[in-house]
Amino acid sequence: MVPAFLKPLEAMAMSGLTGYKNLVIIQLSGGNDGLNTIVPYCNDIYFQKRSTIAIKETDVIPLDDMQAFNPNLSALKEIYDQGYMSIINSVGYPNPDRSHFRSMDIWQTASDSNQFLTNGWIGRYLDANCQNNKSQNPYTAIEVDDTLSLAMKGAKMKAIAVQDPYKLFQTTREPFFKDLVHSQNSEHLNEDNLGYLYKTMIETYSSADYIQNTSKTYKTTAEYPATQFANQLKTVSKFINSGLQTRVYYVSLSGFDTHVGQQGQQGRQLKIYGDAVAAFIKDLKQTNKLDDTLVMTFSEFGRRVEQNASNGTDHGTANNIMLYGGKLKKAGIYNPAPDLSTLDNGDLKYQIDFRDVYATILDKWLNVDNSLVLNKNFAGLQFI
Amino acid sequence: MKDIKQIKHLFARAGFGMRFEDLKKYKNTSINKAVKELFENSDNDDPIAVVTQTVDDMMLAKADADTKKKFFQMERDQEKNLNLGWITKMSTTDAILREKMTLFWSNHFSCRDGKAIYIQQLNNIQRANALGNFRTLLIQVSQSPAMLLFLNNQQNHKGHPNENFARELMELFTIGRGNYTEQDVKESARAFTGWGFDKDGIFKMRPFLHDTGVKTFMGKTGNFQGEDIIDILLSKKQTARFISTKLYKYLVNETPDNAHINAMTDVFFNANYEIKPLLEFVFTADWFYDDNNTGNLIKSPIDFIVGLNRQFYVTYQKPDVLLLFQRALGQELFYPPNVAGWPGGRNWIDSSSLMYRLKIASTVLDQGLIDFTGKTDPEDEAFLATVRNQQHVVNTRVQTDPDWDKFFSDIPKDMSKVEIAQFLLEPPLNGTVQNTVNEDNDLKIMVVELVSTPEYQLY
Repeated sequence: MVPAFLKPLEAMAMSGLTGYKNLVIIQLSGGNDGLNTIVPYCNDIYFQKRSTIAIKETDVIPLDDMQAFNPNLSALKEIYDQGYMSIINSVGYPNPDRSHFRSMDIWQTASDSNQFLTNGWIGRYLDANCQNNKSQNPYTAIEVDDTLSLAMKGAKMKAIAVQDPYKLFQTTREPFFKDLVHSQNSEHLNEDNLGYLYKTMIETYSSADYIQNTSKTYKTTAEYPATQFANQLKTVSKFINSGLQTRVYYVSLSGFDTHVGQQGQQGRQLKIYGDAVAAFIKDLKQTNKLDDTLVMTFSEFGRRVEQNASNGTDHGTANNIMLYGGKLKKAGIYNPAPDLSTLDNGDLKYQIDFRDVYATILDKWLNVDNSLVLNKNFAGLQFI
Repeated sequence: MKDIKQIKHLFARAGFGMRFEDLKKYKNTSINKAVKELFENSDNDDPIAVVTQTVDDMMLAKADADTKKKFFQMERDQEKNLNLGWITKMSTTDAILREKMTLFWSNHFSCRDGKAIYIQQLNNIQRANALGNFRTLLIQVSQSPAMLLFLNNQQNHKGHPNENFARELMELFTIGRGNYTEQDVKESARAFTGWGFDKDGIFKMRPFLHDTGVKTFMGKTGNFQGEDIIDILLSKKQTARFISTKLYKYLVNETPDNAHINAMTDVFFNANYEIKPLLEFVFTADWFYDDNNTGNLIKSPIDFIVGLNRQFYVTYQKPDVLLLFQRALGQELFYPPNVAGWPGGRNWIDSSSLMYRLKIASTVLDQGLIDFTGKTDPEDEAFLATVRNQQHVVNTRVQTDPDWDKFFSDIPKDMSKVEIAQFLLEPPLNGTVQNTVNEDNDLKIMVVELVSTPEYQLY
């Protein structure tokens, strides 16, 4: 007999899958230089401030008469032209912090810059869901990684980190582990810390089974580049296409802290990013899942407008957010290109609070009141 | 056996767990005597001195790309060695209480800033004063280059105050939120103007940057210096309460008990913020040994790793794996998430960190494989960006040498399997664990299984 707590969502009918919306978050770690990603190729100030590292006007891929792709993002041009991409310029927050970990903390917890929160915005989304008695499973949000980011940890609910569903499944099926799980009845677990540990273990066991056995039914046929990052997106595609009851996916790509010799390094990373995302979007289009998917790419900060003495850039402030999906209300460039003539101590001034982007996603995509997650209400934007 | 159970609890909370060799030694010892010995063993303050070289920032700014790469590499190595130096110290020292409290203060005065030599210095300040006087500790921490840099007091100048330090001093280091006003932050920031350090890392009060005007802070008015602000904060009993509450959660129970915390606050305040009497009071209080204060705290990753190392006398042929463990479990020494430190408790546990915990024990004790790619810390990005290949896929055999012979030889001959299990786990044995004990004929297998249980995560 299968104990009650080990039942994977049998009750949920397949019909529930129609219109099941997914959010995929891509984190670029290290502070991606937004100005060399979406290049202001008609702005003289850009070329003046970046005498050796500006992307040449002849190399860029124009998007409109102000901004252009870094040539390493060439794979995304087709996606952009089809109306599946939107770029929001100058996203940031008041009193910006230029330290990587602090600014990442702020983006992941959606806090003010002088506030320290111990849980993340997706985690609080899970908590809010839990309160509404909707879904109560860790796999409502999955990070395709070995460890779980703060963004994914709520006060009551936490997401689950899965790099490889088969490996996780195998790990949880070792005999001793199985014995421990089966010896416990979740109904009899106490509210104390030991009960919490056993509850987490049982949920992991049950989630590993659900994720493996659901996702293995789908075989990805689309071609993906041979990079680890592309592989992670391929895993996300497998999860989405197999009908996993997951709302949020989280993936990271690092290597963007380009203080030295930026062009080569950032170029390589952008190529990894662009090629993988293009493959992912095409794949989802092919399987008719693109309308149900929204992808958001962010980085903890942009970089200073002026280059440094080592052909690199130092930590800056506002940056762009790149969005993808089949149902974008406003595809293309969402708002004016960053103003390079009015700087704040050499840095871009933010025009849009990142929490307005989150609020839009929470309200319109994940269907939860943004104030429940962001602790105060944000007006939001109009991109979906 | 009742006293032994209590002494085991004392070792778990005031140190990193009791070993079978301690069991022999403390068989007929009273709690008071055990507490006394705990302090005696921690008398010796032995600083960490693994980082000896400092990198000159001024030179670096002018350096070429290759030199910068070398610099990043050197800094990384220094940070790594510092981390390994401390975790090895915790795993081998007899001064367990001093290290346990150094761990507490390093999270209370959370700091992460580039230079390893400054971080080492701050760690040694926290170690030297771990059982000493809180005022001395607070002033030395506040005047250390690491903290001056981290909380921007180097940039706190007359006419252009930077309030970062003043705010955290009150919010996190002394009196706590809700006990000061924004005006107090502004005024006290002025008192700390001019606090900085010179190129040799020596604290300097720079009079030309100091605001000598009159300040009004918490109802008092005067030409205050930084030390005056600290003394006003310490004159408030709320500061003693704030520290006592935090310590109670660290040593006793995550749920504060007002009566116990009131008593601790009185002791601490009346002893002029001497830390030793406060700790003695806690360790000799009856309530410290109550059942509901036993076996109910979730070990921090460091407690877990160090406890395992100590219990089984583990040596690492490739110590770098200790860094991997810390990363996989979510606590890398000297890399707290922010100035508020690690929140602890249930925040340590999610599906993946729990799975790693349940597997690491057998990996270490049984030469297992660890398969972990992991995320890079944001601070490592600059280094990563200089090296092409940045996928640190780790799938290596963990080369460890637990001293099983010593472990087994220290177990008293008359101890039953159930008693051994009860000794290794703090919470009472439940059904499955009981079965494990009954069914395993091989004592080594039984022990490895016991340390791979959720129960082992508690202390």
